[in-house]
Amino acid sequence: MIEARGLARTFRSRGRSVEAVRGVDLDVHAGELVGFLGPNGAGKTTTLRMLTTLLRPTAGRATVGGVDLLTDPVGVRKKIGYVAQGGSTAPECRVLEEIEIQGRFYGLSKADAVRRGAELTAQLDIEGLEERLVKTLSGGQKRRLEIALGLIHSPGLVFLDEPTTGLDPQSRANLWEHIRSLRDEHNVTVFLTTHYLEEADSLCDRILVIDHGKIVAEGTPDELKARVSGDGIAVEVPAESVADAAEVAGQLAGATDVTTAENTVRFRVPRGDTALPELLRAFDTKGIPMSSIQVQRPSLDDVFLTMTGRTLRDAEEGDNGA
Amino acid sequence: MARDIWLVFRRHMVISLRNPAWVMIGIMQPLLYLLLFGPLMEKIVSSTPGFPPGDSWQILAPGLLVQLGLFGSMFAGFALLGDLRTGVVERMRVTPVSRLALLLGRVLHDTVQLLVQAMLLLLVAYLVFGMRAPLAGVLLCLVMVMLLAVTLSSTSYALAMLVRSEEAFPALLTTISVPLLLLTGILVPITTELAPKWLYVLSRINPFAHVMDAERASFRGDYSVDGLLTGSVVLFAITILAVWWGARTFQRENA
Repeated sequence: MIEARGLARTFRSRGRSVEAVRGVDLDVHAGELVGFLGPNGAGKTTTLRMLTTLLRPTAGRATVGGVDLLTDPVGVRKKIGYVAQGGSTAPECRVLEEIEIQGRFYGLSKADAVRRGAELTAQLDIEGLEERLVKTLSGGQKRRLEIALGLIHSPGLVFLDEPTTGLDPQSRANLWEHIRSLRDEHNVTVFLTTHYLEEADSLCDRILVIDHGKIVAEGTPDELKARVSGDGIAVEVPAESVADAAEVAGQLAGATDVTTAENTVRFRVPRGDTALPELLRAFDTKGIPMSSIQVQRPSLDDVFLTMTGRTLRDAEEGDNGA
Repeated sequence: MARDIWLVFRRHMVISLRNPAWVMIGIMQPLLYLLLFGPLMEKIVSSTPGFPPGDSWQILAPGLLVQLGLFGSMFAGFALLGDLRTGVVERMRVTPVSRLALLLGRVLHDTVQLLVQAMLLLLVAYLVFGMRAPLAGVLLCLVMVMLLAVTLSSTSYALAMLVRSEEAFPALLTTISVPLLLLTGILVPITTELAPKWLYVLSRINPFAHVMDAERASFRGDYSVDGLLTGSVVLFAITILAVWWGARTFQRENA
C-alpha cells in the first residue's frame, strides 16, 4: 500500500535549513494497521504530509496505493483518506454539509455522498447529528466526523495523524475500537501516528519508531520489546539457594544482567513467556524451591529509551524546551 | 472544474447566509460616510472649483463603492486564515478537488457579496438622497466593482496564504489599504486643480485611482474613451495579475 524510499524533507527558515525528515524507508502492506511512534517534532507529521501530497519531498520517492507520489499526486489523493491532527471541519458548517461537500469533492453525486455519509455516521456512532453545527459537537464526536470525512470515498488506505490527541480517556478507548474495526471489518489499511506508547502498543500490528527524522526501529510491539530490551524476570528463592538459582538463570539461552539480592534473583531474557517453562524445569531438576516468580514485560518506553538513549517523555520535554 | 468552483462557492454562500449580519457590518462604514459625510459634500462640491463634473453624489457614491472593496474584499483572506487554522483547507487539499477551484469558488462568493453590498449602498443613495445617475452607467460601474472584488479578494487570499498569521494579517492589510484608499481620492477626488503636484503624481501611480476615474465617468454617463479607457485597461490588468498570483499561491505544492 505504501512503499517509500529515502523520503526526506528539509525546511528552510531564516537562512537556516532544518532537516525534518532525513531519508525514511517504509513499507505498509494491505490490511495492516501500522503506527508511527515518536515524540513531537520527530518528523511523523512531516512524513505523513509528504505521503498525503500536502508537502513535496526534497528527496526520495514513494508509491502510495500503487500510485507514484511525485508524478501523480492527484491519483494518490483519490486513493487515500487523510485525517489531520488538529481537526479539519469548519465550526460554522452543518455536519451534513461537510459530509456532502467532502463526498462531492471525490466525485460522488449528492445522493451517493449522503448515502455513504449515513453509513459512516452509523458505523462511527454519530448518527442523528446531521443538522447540527460542527461547533456544537463534543471533541469525540467531532473527531469521529473527521474520520468519517476521511472515509467518505471508501479509500483502501487511510492516514490518521494523532487520532486520539486531546480526547478524554473514554473517547479514546471508543475511538480505538472504531479504528480496529476499520481494519477488521472494512478492510481498510490504516497508517497512524501517535506519541502515546499505550496507543501504539494496543492498537498497531506493527510500529515504526521515528526520532530526529529517521526510523530507528521497526517491528510488532512484541518484537520491538523483545529485540530491544527483553523481559525482566524476578525469582524469589530461599536465601541459601540464591547462588544456585543465579547460576541456573545465567545458563538460560539469552539471559543477561543477572543480579542477586537477599532472596531474589533478577535477570533479563529476550522473551519471558518462552523462558519460563525452561526455567521451571531447570529449577525442578536442581531441586531449588521457589516462592514466587514474576515476568515484567518491557514497555515501548523501554524500547524508545534503548533506541535513542532517552525516554519518550524526556524527548518531548527536550523538544518543547528547545 | 466548473463543478468544483460551484461547490466551493455554494459552501461559502451558505455560511454567509447563515450569518447575514456580516454583510451588514461590511456595509456599515461606507453607509455612514454616505449618511454623515455625503450631505456635507453638496455645498463644497458646488462652491469649490477643481472637482470633476457631476454632482456630489455622483462623485461620492462611486468612491464609496471602491472603499467597500478595499475594506471588504481586501479582508476576504481572514476567512481563509480561519479555515487554515481549523484544518479545513488542508482537508480539501488532500481531496482530488481542483486547487484553483478552491480559490475561484471563494472569489466568486466574495464578488457576489460585494455586489449585493454595492447595490444596497446605491439603493440608499438613490432613495434617501435622490442620487441621479444613468442606469447604464451604474450597471457599467457595478461591472467594474465586480472586477475590483475579484482583484482584491484574490490578492487578499494570496497574502493570507503567504502571511499565515491572524495577528499579522490585519496590520498588513491596514498598512496597504489606508494609503491606497487615500491615494484613490474616494471622498475628495485627487485632481490637478485640487491637489499639489506631488500628491497628484503619487495618485497616478496608484492603479485604483484610474479605476476610480473610470467609475466616476461611467456614473455621470460619460462613456468617452478619455473617461473610461485608462481605468478599464488598468482594471483588466490588475484583475488578471491578481488572479494569476492567487492561483499560483493556491496551486503551489507546499502551500
